[in-house]
Amino acid sequence: MANQVRSGLSRGAVLALSATLALTLAGCSGDSNDNPSGDPGNRATEFSVLITAENSAGADMLQRLAEGPCAEANAALPYTLDQTPSAQMQQKILLLAGQDALPVMFAAGQQFIYKDGQLAAAGQVLDVKDALTDLGVFDLITPAAQSVVDQLYDGEFPTLPLQFNTEGIFYNKTLFAQHGLAVPETVDDLLEAARTLKAAGITPFVASGKTGWSISRWVGEFIFRDLGADAMMRVRDGQAKLTDPEYVRAAQRLQDMGLEGLFINGITNVDMDTALNQLFTGQAAMMYNLTNTLQRINDPSVNTQDLGFFPFPAITGGKGSIDDLPANVGSPNVLSAKLYGPNVGVWLRCMAENYGSISMEAQGVYSGFKINTPVPNIAPLTAEIQERIDAATSTVLWFEALFNQKATTDASNNAAPLLTGAMSAEEYMSVLQADLEEG
Amino acid sequence: MRHVLGNKKVAAAFLGPALLVYIGVMVVPVIWSFVLTVMNGSPVLGFDWVGWDNFARFFRDPTARHALWFTIKYALVMSLGQVVLGYLMAILYVFVLKKLSTFVRTMVFFPVVLPSVAISLLFSRLFAVAPQLGPVNSLLQAIGIEPVDWFATGSAAFVVIVIMDLWRTVGFYAVLLFAGLVEIPDEVIDSARVDGAGGLRLIRHIVLPMSLPVLLSTIIFSLNNCLKVFDSILALNNGGPGTATTPLNLYMFQTSFLYSNYGYGSVLALVITVLCLTVTLLIFRSSRRDLTES
Repeated sequence: MANQVRSGLSRGAVLALSATLALTLAGCSGDSNDNPSGDPGNRATEFSVLITAENSAGADMLQRLAEGPCAEANAALPYTLDQTPSAQMQQKILLLAGQDALPVMFAAGQQFIYKDGQLAAAGQVLDVKDALTDLGVFDLITPAAQSVVDQLYDGEFPTLPLQFNTEGIFYNKTLFAQHGLAVPETVDDLLEAARTLKAAGITPFVASGKTGWSISRWVGEFIFRDLGADAMMRVRDGQAKLTDPEYVRAAQRLQDMGLEGLFINGITNVDMDTALNQLFTGQAAMMYNLTNTLQRINDPSVNTQDLGFFPFPAITGGKGSIDDLPANVGSPNVLSAKLYGPNVGVWLRCMAENYGSISMEAQGVYSGFKINTPVPNIAPLTAEIQERIDAATSTVLWFEALFNQKATTDASNNAAPLLTGAMSAEEYMSVLQADLEEG
Repeated sequence: MRHVLGNKKVAAAFLGPALLVYIGVMVVPVIWSFVLTVMNGSPVLGFDWVGWDNFARFFRDPTARHALWFTIKYALVMSLGQVVLGYLMAILYVFVLKKLSTFVRTMVFFPVVLPSVAISLLFSRLFAVAPQLGPVNSLLQAIGIEPVDWFATGSAAFVVIVIMDLWRTVGFYAVLLFAGLVEIPDEVIDSARVDGAGGLRLIRHIVLPMSLPVLLSTIIFSLNNCLKVFDSILALNNGGPGTATTPLNLYMFQTSFLYSNYGYGSVLALVITVLCLTVTLLIFRSSRRDLTES
């Protein structure tokens, strides 16, 4: 009996172990994109896309493309979407990359796709410029977007510029007219206008302490206008430090504005929706923001006639120019080098040919792709900003563009304390410089 | 039954699957995390041995040192609040409200079942200063005090965090201690009263010593939970302003999963573990000594 139990247990144990091993191996056997046919030219079996859960506009655009002009590409390589909260996205991407299971297109962090970034070094990142050039559609990327990607990735082209944002100050035209204010050309004019509005009981500037970049970008703008368009590149290259007095001066300018009460009271806990609502309802007169805000502004419930846009003013005597257009191409959209093949190429060509037009038509926002098909009835403010983009002679990156992830997060998280005086300008820049040096 | 369970192989067959799962989801990750403390890298390019570099970084990282100090400060203040308020409530339930305490207990316990994120949102509105004054600031204004931007400084934000977390958790500790107090035999209480003990003397000489085991468990439970605080602060103000109210657990999460620095993140996790173990052992040791002395 004892022997029977023993042999039964042994068989049972062996069976359980085998089943566990089989399940483990099955679990590790690759991703849904593995091509069972083994055709090396078309490794992807679906046009799988992984973007952040917050990027509803991107998801909407891809769905429109799949159902519209890219229906043919979609038939050959069906579009599938996976969304993950942005806070968990990079973790997920690293885990997928470690298992060689990345989707066809994914929203990897900038730090991973630089020349020496982990994903680039592992051969997971497609050079979009090469692919688009092979397809004969690289010239469909706007010169401004090309310039941004060139500066950002030092000549490499690891991301598809599905978005294109310029940055500047949205303002309430009615409030400006009521108080006899002209659009400011210099920072001194801007401060004068703000003081006039404050004296009239209007909040001059609104920003979101919870979305700290809406404050920290001010520091970047002061730096670019004061020290020139290459100021942050000098920091990246080690020729200057953020703790140098001329860089600290930029943070100090912002803090002085905060301490003067030119920003909304209680800014630390103001979220982006609240901040935008303050601007849209005329409770605040100005807000520094990205042009993807146009998607919200173009909502019929907002009175766009009231809103205008002006570029960040110049600093008198500064090396930068008001014509340096601050721009970004949104979060990176990376194509997997390992899954790229003719079918993905069909998708890529279709996106290059149609993304710009559909983005403008459906959402009223710019893309890094040219508008191939004329779009009727563009909102006046959108058209006005488009003219500025077309007329721009050079672009500058944004404040955190060349930062690592920790410096980017700290720049944002510490922006409200800088503005309220809870942290000194020296401390703010020291934290960021330490983050950059720690790597 | 004893014969069946006495057979080691049968016991192994019963326990084996659960043990395997436990090893898989608990022991292996803990060991792996410990190994990661001396490594740097990522799942993509692999991990390299870096020796004690990650530990050295902990000592020169001002954010980590501040997070450690904040965690200890939070744990001490919160545990004191949870245990003292919980104990007072338990005494109220047992000796004052008695059978009528059910409704009050339910009400006080209610926040425990609410999601932390919902509570954090509620408190961020309660203490808001913009775009409209929240109820707390309105109250301050009504009595002639200037509204306060509660989230602009670390010290003010700490006050909000403590009030919020006490409101959220004290009901649980009150029930835990209530369960210990009702175990004290009525005869003992009655005898003490007959002997002239009442009020504070009754609590000092009878109730407190007889509820000491559950009190110690509560303190250990409270300190360990507080040392690992995470979700409520993340949802309320993300450890801000800046990193002023960032506890070690949140900093560990950010380091590992936002900055993808798994090696250094594992060091921070190890510090939290050592902190929890140290506190627990210290309380156990002190309680043993007390009992021996008595």
